[in-house]
Amino acid sequence: MRTRPAARAGQYAALLAYLIFLAFPFLWLLSTAFKPPRELGSLHPTWIPHRPTLANFRQAFDEQPLLHAALNSLLAALGAAVIAVLIATPMAYVMARHRTWPARAASGWVVVSQAFPFVLVIIPLFLVLKRLRLIDSLAGLTLVYVVWSLPFALWMLVGYVRAVPVELEEAAAVDGAGRLRTLVSVTAPLLAPGIAATALFAFVTAWNEFFFALVLLKSPGNQTLPVVLTHFIGAEGVADLGPLAAAAFLATLPSLVVFALLQRRITGGLIAGAVKS
Amino acid sequence: MAVAALLLLLAGCSSGGQKEGGPVTLRFQSLAWQQESVAANKELVREWNAAHPDVRVEYVQGNWDSVHDQLLTSFEGGEAPDVIHDASDDLADFAYGGDLADLSGLLPARLKADIPQRSWQATTFGKGVYGVPFLQEPRVLMANSVWLRKAGVRIPTPEHPWSWAEFRKITARLSGDGRYGVAWPLKEPVSVTLNLGLSAGGTLFQRGSDGKVSVRFRAGDAVVPRTVHDQVARDRSAPASTLGSGGSDTLPGFFAGRYAMVPLGFSYRQQIEQQAPKGFQWEVLPAPAGADGLTQGVSPQTLSIAEDCPHKKEAARFIDFLLRPQNMVRLALGDWMLPTGTEALADPALHTTDRGWATGTALAARLRPAPAQSVRGYPEWKDKIATPALQEYYSGAIGLADLRKRLEKDGNLVLARYQR
Repeated sequence: MRTRPAARAGQYAALLAYLIFLAFPFLWLLSTAFKPPRELGSLHPTWIPHRPTLANFRQAFDEQPLLHAALNSLLAALGAAVIAVLIATPMAYVMARHRTWPARAASGWVVVSQAFPFVLVIIPLFLVLKRLRLIDSLAGLTLVYVVWSLPFALWMLVGYVRAVPVELEEAAAVDGAGRLRTLVSVTAPLLAPGIAATALFAFVTAWNEFFFALVLLKSPGNQTLPVVLTHFIGAEGVADLGPLAAAAFLATLPSLVVFALLQRRITGGLIAGAVKS
Repeated sequence: MAVAALLLLLAGCSSGGQKEGGPVTLRFQSLAWQQESVAANKELVREWNAAHPDVRVEYVQGNWDSVHDQLLTSFEGGEAPDVIHDASDDLADFAYGGDLADLSGLLPARLKADIPQRSWQATTFGKGVYGVPFLQEPRVLMANSVWLRKAGVRIPTPEHPWSWAEFRKITARLSGDGRYGVAWPLKEPVSVTLNLGLSAGGTLFQRGSDGKVSVRFRAGDAVVPRTVHDQVARDRSAPASTLGSGGSDTLPGFFAGRYAMVPLGFSYRQQIEQQAPKGFQWEVLPAPAGADGLTQGVSPQTLSIAEDCPHKKEAARFIDFLLRPQNMVRLALGDWMLPTGTEALADPALHTTDRGWATGTALAARLRPAPAQSVRGYPEWKDKIATPALQEYYSGAIGLADLRKRLEKDGNLVLARYQR
């Protein structure tokens, strides 16, 4: 059935409105990052700065070790993403293919574990990491990020594994492929989009995380980007808005770049995970 | 293998601990955030380290928004900074909880004598002193100079301030045609109301002979809330739209000539200086006075020492260095605030009329510890009872009798739970 032109136009208009809604905070950030202080105090702010300036970026870099903090964030986020995927993938495979009671119990526990708020776990976690001498270390923070993102990563990947028809693995076995060969040559390529989407989820979660990093890291040299960004904010929510926007804009770029690189795989992965075969 | 390699790489990026037998290392967590303030703090730490090779201070920047949660976790884990920058209204739980060191026997006589007793009261909990109050800011009226002079109103000074009634009349006179005499940014209505309420003799929290605290909303407590309410709901000399705003949110309207005055903390002058359009003429006026003159409550910024700090004497020496009169002036100028120290307060740099420094300095003697900062259960009373009740009253949704009933009846039920 063909869609009427008016209906199609309406669909595009709704889509455009949704895109504007989603892009609004980012575009506002971009605009603010290039505005001089006097334009920030205007009653009628404009999208395009009258006198665009790079002063906010200069000030942000002068005042805070943004590059070092970004490197710390990158190490922790990449570490968390890689380790979470390495652990979650085989677990997800077992849970999806062998529907035994331990697998069902594990699935239930994964869902329940999502209900615990940060504040409930932070002090016990702090004490455990202190005993392991992992306070004030990026290794300790990465470990926390892995643990924090693992349940959801596992949950996502179980969906992706279930979307890969088991008949394909059976066909490979009939053709003489062993278990390992089947996993490497048949299942893994089909799971790649799901793994990419899961890795991106773990990366972005760790990249944006603030509270664990704030509490677990003491040395200025170990602080991550979200923690450093708060140094532009003072008491009662007063902020050094220009440099904050400039630094926050730069902080969003890595996530956007990673997303752009993995976009096609992720889209495929999301569809694979969403549709029941 | 890959996992192990990655963890090793990450572990290699972590900082090492303190070397055995080396100089003492103190971690100083500062909440300074404005460019000049951070620079002043870092410079002072550099000077200390240069002069004291045996006691090395490491500067760590924290932030106001999350300092309470961060300290709470750090204290529980025994990993708190040695020297802690905070505000007096955040210290009660840590002081009573045994997380902060009692500074009574640690501080030198010079520092104790330099800071007035009224400021020490803000950091005294029970019999101990748990922080050194060093910076504070009164709430003042940021005013559009041209507008006020064109209107021909009397310009108040610390010697001859407006009364609350006069303030109301003047804001009504300045209003009209979509313009307002004042804009009240009351995102945090409780602290503003209680702190300014001291000027009219408002005390709200009464401590009985049994030591228990109860809320009693009396005539003095009603002066400030009624003025704000009447300006918003009766005179239309203050817009209702800013009642939920933070101070920064009102500045664009102030610059654009929509509001003649905005009551803000003294340090907001830095933002005004930075963001005001060229040629915009503004000045600092004292907040209105009541039966108790220009008295108002403040929560000074403080420096404390963690109870777990193994080098308390060295930490106290560092605090003493940081708060020498000339250093206190540098910190005050960096933060656009007033120092608590008597000697620092006498510095000529803080008595210039430029950017309203002289007006603020003249108010220093009238600043008192914010009411209720040591009352157990105050945070819950503030969040669950007082904030919604004041917001509804200011917007005109309820009257003064309802406000009184909620603050007293509902409020005392909350406080009673903490005082059994």
